[in-house]
Amino acid sequence: MTLETSTAVPNFWLPEAFPSATPGAQPRRGILIAKPGLDGHDRGAKYVAQLLRDAGYAVAYTGIRRTPEEIVDAALEGNVAVVGLSLLSGAHNSLFVKVVERLRERGAGNVAVVGGGVIPADDVPRLLAAGVRAVFTPGASAADILRTFAELAGEPQAAEAASPPHTSRSLAS
Amino acid sequence: MTPELSTTMASLADARTAWEAGSLADTLRKCPESRAEFVSASASAVERLYLPSEEAAGNYLEQLGFPGEFPFTRGVQPTMYRGRPWTMRQYAGFGTAEESNRRYRLLLDQGATGLSVAFDLPTQIGYDSDAPQSAGEVGRVGVAIDSLADMETLFDGIPLDRVSTSMTINATGAILLAMYVAVAERQGVSPARLTGTLQNDILKEYIARGTYRFPPAPSLRLTRDVFAWCTRHTPKFNTISISGYHIREAGSTAGQEVGFTLADAVCYVETALSAGLAIDDFAPRLAFFFAAHTDLFEEAAKFRAARRLYARLMRDRFGARDPRSLMLRFHTQTGGVTLTAQQPENNVVRVALQALAAVLGGTQSLHTNGKDEALALPTEEAVTLALRTQQVIACESGVTNTIDPLGGSYFVEQLTDRIEAEAQAIIADVDARGGMVRAIEAGYPQREIERAAYRFQRSIDTGDRPIVGVNCHRGEGVEVPLFRLDETAVRRQSWRLAQLRERRDNDSVGRALAEVERAARGSDNLLPPILDAVRAYATIGEICGVLAGVFGEYHETTDPTSTREVTP
Repeated sequence: MTLETSTAVPNFWLPEAFPSATPGAQPRRGILIAKPGLDGHDRGAKYVAQLLRDAGYAVAYTGIRRTPEEIVDAALEGNVAVVGLSLLSGAHNSLFVKVVERLRERGAGNVAVVGGGVIPADDVPRLLAAGVRAVFTPGASAADILRTFAELAGEPQAAEAASPPHTSRSLAS
Repeated sequence: MTPELSTTMASLADARTAWEAGSLADTLRKCPESRAEFVSASASAVERLYLPSEEAAGNYLEQLGFPGEFPFTRGVQPTMYRGRPWTMRQYAGFGTAEESNRRYRLLLDQGATGLSVAFDLPTQIGYDSDAPQSAGEVGRVGVAIDSLADMETLFDGIPLDRVSTSMTINATGAILLAMYVAVAERQGVSPARLTGTLQNDILKEYIARGTYRFPPAPSLRLTRDVFAWCTRHTPKFNTISISGYHIREAGSTAGQEVGFTLADAVCYVETALSAGLAIDDFAPRLAFFFAAHTDLFEEAAKFRAARRLYARLMRDRFGARDPRSLMLRFHTQTGGVTLTAQQPENNVVRVALQALAAVLGGTQSLHTNGKDEALALPTEEAVTLALRTQQVIACESGVTNTIDPLGGSYFVEQLTDRIEAEAQAIIADVDARGGMVRAIEAGYPQREIERAAYRFQRSIDTGDRPIVGVNCHRGEGVEVPLFRLDETAVRRQSWRLAQLRERRDNDSVGRALAEVERAARGSDNLLPPILDAVRAYATIGEICGVLAGVFGEYHETTDPTSTREVTP
């Protein structure tokens, strides 16, 4: 998949997923759930997307195998408050950080990035230091996920706070 | 039904009514049951008590028959594990070919009886290790293979005439098959002697697994070319492993797993028939792959139901006559999604129950998961324990001493009937939608699986479905050591690839790739030119680049609101 051919793909969400998304005018409220890299396991991503929808958020899901650039495009177009990345292949150190960097490069450092997947505990501090706001490891509870998104998507101003409000959400023993 | 049986059934029903009004009602008054409804892992109602159904009592020969004979409900061989145990085949692969070769030799030394190769995502999708799309993914979920040179290293010292190999590879299956054949040639082993399985099941990639590269039509053409080539050249190699495993991993129920998998099988059979192959020439080499979850009886029944339904489908719908065309032979893997990160030692017990379900269901080969796989790739210690779990079942449990030990259980026979009926309804649904390719394009199987997955996860989150260590009986678990990938593997792989591009004869690579392109544009079988390209050390990225130029690339179009209708 080259960048040229994949940007030609139709938008991955319907406009009504973001009824209030007028870029720049409204506070960021929406959530983008995204699958970077080549991993096709999206059971968890779809579950979190639906969980958040049921909690009242406007949520878009990119589908699998998106580049960091495509994910950032989608986040900016949708004017989202939070990007939730899901990856089970082990490529998180490279790809989660790229999404954070690309957002900053495009002046959208206040979009919070959180990530989940099969992520060893040792990698979590590195991801948090690189600007990922929360990391969900296998076994993270729905309640914990909802609480984190509520803080990040519900209070867009808090996204500019200097220190990360969260440590790892790992429930792994 | 005979008059005597009819009388028995009637008096049985009367006796049940009396029992329910008497003993049962008394007990329920004093001590109610713990739940209003009991359900299986697939959310099907489980009754309090099973009595022989009229079916089971009256239609034994039609419904169950004898092992090794139609409809194969009781097993595909007349002696089953009394003859020889299932193949113990552990899925493995990571990093570079050298590291994976070492893991394979360890497994064979420990008594594994077959190999199963896990490829990394770039290899599965057809990108070289140094392609931008491969960033971060090289060697992660499997071994990185760029060219025949890597494949030679992967099987170094492993005699391919004596070890059977299963390869989990789909979009690029034809290329990896060609590499396997070429390695065998270099070992002096003719293709006709090769045994093993190519997964080669692209439909479930669109449905559930995601490693597609080309659109469905040219992908099915590759599948068809593999069928045709293997029928002539590798008569002992399974040309496809039609996989329910990933459908189940994505969240389907047991009935959906069988239904969508057999609906995929219908599509493959039709594809081969439309290419002019005769059913009894290719059907004996079709193999299957299912998951085993923890609901022991439902899982064992699932395998029995799948065998019976497939036998009927092949005989009645496709007119197959060779008994080998009617037999559903399958590999099983214990359910990856059932493993928990909390209290990981508990996974040893889950895996044992799941492996037992597979054996009670008559599997031909089995992979048991490592206890640490919710957290990382398995360590050597975890892989060895998983293999030992199979060996304990095979050597000590005694379940291998008789064929289909659950046959005749009122409960299991009715579960078998129910799953068969559910799967049959799904196949009819797919037919009504114009076949599996159309159904996939309309998002039908994806949506149905997504809904089942959501219901299942909600039931865990609400606590309705107890999972030990997750939503009940929580507490500190033992910390297990985790496998870490050698991060220098990626650099070594890219270096090897650069060396290869310098050292090989690039003119012959160019000519071979031109031949692949010519065949792709026409209708000649793609295997011969792909084999030539592989022998010239063309890389997987180069070959797939040529194919993508002709076939195009497939992209998922996601409707983000598709899960909206789902309510817990």
